[in-house]
This record gives sequence, C-alpha cells and structure tokens, in this order.
Amino acid sequence: MEIRAGYHKRLREIQDDILVMGSMSEKAILQSVQALKDRNLVEAKRIIADDVKINQKRFEIEEKCVQLIATQQPMAGDLRIIVCALYIITELERIGDYAEGIAKIVLMIGDEPPLKPLIDIPRMADKMSLMLRRSMAAFINRDVEAAKKIAAEDDDVDALYDQVFRELLTFMMEDPRTITRATRLIWVAHNLERAADRVTNVCERVVFSVTGKMEETGASKY
Amino acid sequence: MNSQTFNVDPRQPHLNPPRLRSRQASLFYGKFQALRDISLDIPEKAITAIIGPSGCGKSSYLRLFNRMNDLIPDTRVTGRVELDGNSVYEQDVDVVALRKRVGMVFQRPNPFPMSIFENVAFGPRRHGTKDRKELAAIVERSLRQAALWEEVKDKLHQSGLALSGGQQQRLCIARVLAVGPDVILMDEPCSALDPVATLRIEDLMRVLSAQYTIIIVTHNMQQAARASDLTAFFMMESDRAGVLVESGPTYEIFTNPREKRTEDYVTGRFG
Repeated sequence: MEIRAGYHKRLREIQDDILVMGSMSEKAILQSVQALKDRNLVEAKRIIADDVKINQKRFEIEEKCVQLIATQQPMAGDLRIIVCALYIITELERIGDYAEGIAKIVLMIGDEPPLKPLIDIPRMADKMSLMLRRSMAAFINRDVEAAKKIAAEDDDVDALYDQVFRELLTFMMEDPRTITRATRLIWVAHNLERAADRVTNVCERVVFSVTGKMEETGASKY
Repeated sequence: MNSQTFNVDPRQPHLNPPRLRSRQASLFYGKFQALRDISLDIPEKAITAIIGPSGCGKSSYLRLFNRMNDLIPDTRVTGRVELDGNSVYEQDVDVVALRKRVGMVFQRPNPFPMSIFENVAFGPRRHGTKDRKELAAIVERSLRQAALWEEVKDKLHQSGLALSGGQQQRLCIARVLAVGPDVILMDEPCSALDPVATLRIEDLMRVLSAQYTIIIVTHNMQQAARASDLTAFFMMESDRAGVLVESGPTYEIFTNPREKRTEDYVTGRFG
C-alpha cells in the first residue's frame, strides 16, 4: 500500500493545476494576437477581463503549495517541485499579463487602418506559445533535456523580434505618420518577446526541480 | 548560449576532521547480521543524525562506539570502529574508560532514584572524585551546560524522578556531561518528550556541539533536518542486515539526496 497517498494526490493536483494555468496563459496570448489580427475589440475586452481568472488560479495554486509545506513537511524532490511550482505560477501569471497588455494595445489601435499585414508577430506568438506548452510538458515529465532545448529556442523569438523592429523602423523612417501605429506593433512584439523570456525562466525551474542545481540556461538578448 | 551553474548552498557545513570512524564495520547477534560493512566518518564538534526505518540498525550502530552491544550475549563485531584513530575493539581497551569518553543518552529519561545532585555527582564519584566542593562545582557546571541549573538550583536534593520528562532528560544529559566526555551518543532522546521539551533538547544539542561530538539516532526526520549538520541514512537489506545507503550534509540529504532509496524515504514513499 502506498503510504501518504493523500499527500501525493495533493502534490499531483498542484502539478495538474499548473498545466491548466499554463494552458490558460497560452490561450490568452494566442487569442490576444488573433484579436489584433481581426481588430476584434470585443474579444480584446474579454481577454482583459479574463486575466483575473489567471491571477485567481495563481493564488489558488500558491495557497495549495503553502498548505502542503505547512502541514506535510515535503522533502527532497517533492520540496523542489513545490518550490518550483511557486516560481512557475509567477511566470505564468506574468505571461497572462503580457496577453492582457496586447489586448489593451488592440483597444488603443481601435479602428485605425492597418499598417501592414501581420506576419512575424503571429509567428512570434506561435513560437512562444509552443515553447510554453512544451515547457509545461517538460515540467510534468521531469525532462531536463527538453527544458534546456526549449530555453535555447528563445533566440528564435529574439530574432523575430529584431526582424519586426527593423521592418517597422523602415516604415517609420519612410513615413513619420506611421510612427504611432508602428510603435504600437513594436509594443506587441515586445510583450511577446518578454513572454518567451518568462518561458525560459520556467525551463530553468524545471531543470532545478529535477537536478537540484540552479542553472541559468542563457541570458536573453533583451 | 552559455549555461552557468550557481553555487547556492550557503549551509554547507564546515566540518572538522572525524573523531569517530567506522570502516567495513559489521555486527552480528549470533547468526543474525544486524549491520553490514558500515564505513562512516563522524566529524568532531558537529551533530550527526542517523535516520532510517525501524530495525535498520541505527541504535546498534550507535552502540558500537561505546561497546554497549557487548552487554548483549553472543554479539560479534568485524571491521574497524575507531575513536581518535584507535580501535575501540582491541583487547586492552578499558571499556569503563571508553564509556566515560563516549557518553550515552537513552530514549526514555532514566534518572537514578536519588536526588538531582546525586544523579549528576554519581559518575564523577564513581571515577574517584571525593571532594565535596569539587563535586558541587561539577554538578553546577554540568547542570548549567544541560540548561537545567536555573530550574533546579533550589531543589538539588529533591528526587530526580520528581522532574518533568524534559527536565529528566536534561538531567540525564547533565549526568553524561559530569564525567567529561568527548562524544555524546543520543538514542532517540526526544521520543518520549512533548514538542516543546523536544525543541529545548535540540537547542541544547546545538550549544553542546560547540564542545562535543554528537551522534543522534532519530525516527523523526524533521528532527534530523532541524538539528543536525550531517545525516546518515540506514536501511535494511533483504536479509534484514542494516546498511548505510548515503551520508552527507543534512541540507543535501533533505533537498537533493543522491540515492533514490534516500529520496523515497525522506519523501515518505516508504518507511
């Protein structure tokens, strides 16, 4: 018979909750960029309102972690998982905030005519959200190699950000009337770039949860 | 991308050289092997905790160092057990003198049925101290060291058995200290005490570890985690012989043990 079955069930629940929260943040990012593409102000408002659900989820998980620490004296690998959970939910919550930030920019842009078709920004969002989803799997599977690989892919998001920035700069230089609109798109790209950095932080925590070693996977370019 | 590992382990204890040491030490009770090939260094002036499931030989291992197992008929020790580099199982070792240097505190407080003063004076008297003033000085010093003096100084001639459990255990510690040991072996010293008395003993151990080498056997993992510098994890093998699975700084054993069996034990996956 497994001993401490109740405790281990609660530990698994925390990890399941993190998967749910990861998926909430991932969806929020993808939906915010979709709202940008579609100029969907209603959807943008919904994303902003729903950010509170991500924040609530974070506090709910935090509470569960604190309860387990206070009552069950988790040790060794279990302790590391709980400590990592506390860090990871902070990162996921921030990623949710970046999605909210993008939705707010969508509202600012309103019905201004589009500057150009969006290509690299959706690419950044796809790349970043895929990294996020895989980092969640790495956390659950205790997969150090995957975590390191995902973190290294932040370079790809940085490269896309560079590309977006350079392109928009060209627009602004050619026609200063585009400055406001271009700047807003740079803000969007910046939010996505930061969100990907948060994923690399998650990956570092995954590595720690498995190895017990604090390892920086590599500084972001930005 | 560069990868960098940070050294974030501020609680790595600074360890003195070993005072006690065992090398391939095995213990047999008749045909039954209770311990197998235990090699472990116990550093001076530190607290080493021995943890492990019931029956894994923790207490038997502790008792190797002051030859308490000799009191059980048909025991046999192989390998080497040392105090300050000298084998304690040589023919010419004076076991009484050894137990004076390697004192022991037991699971249940066991004061003698005599006064508090006499409990502490008992050892020094047996070892030849006769002078009343000198004995009084030893009693006061030992009770102070055991953090009991303030509570009993006005009733030194009352029975030791009238004290609370926690006080009795500190009296027993004072009794050990009175004969001037180098090493204190503690066999589950808090298992009969309430949580507050337990924390007082742990505080006391910490203070005493500045002067004495302490080994504590404990069932209570949290106690080992709180109170010790080093932890050794013992386990029973399939023939029920106790083996040392892993030892290291306490902080590491409880956050990142090397062995899966240690991990499973400290996280409560078996016990």
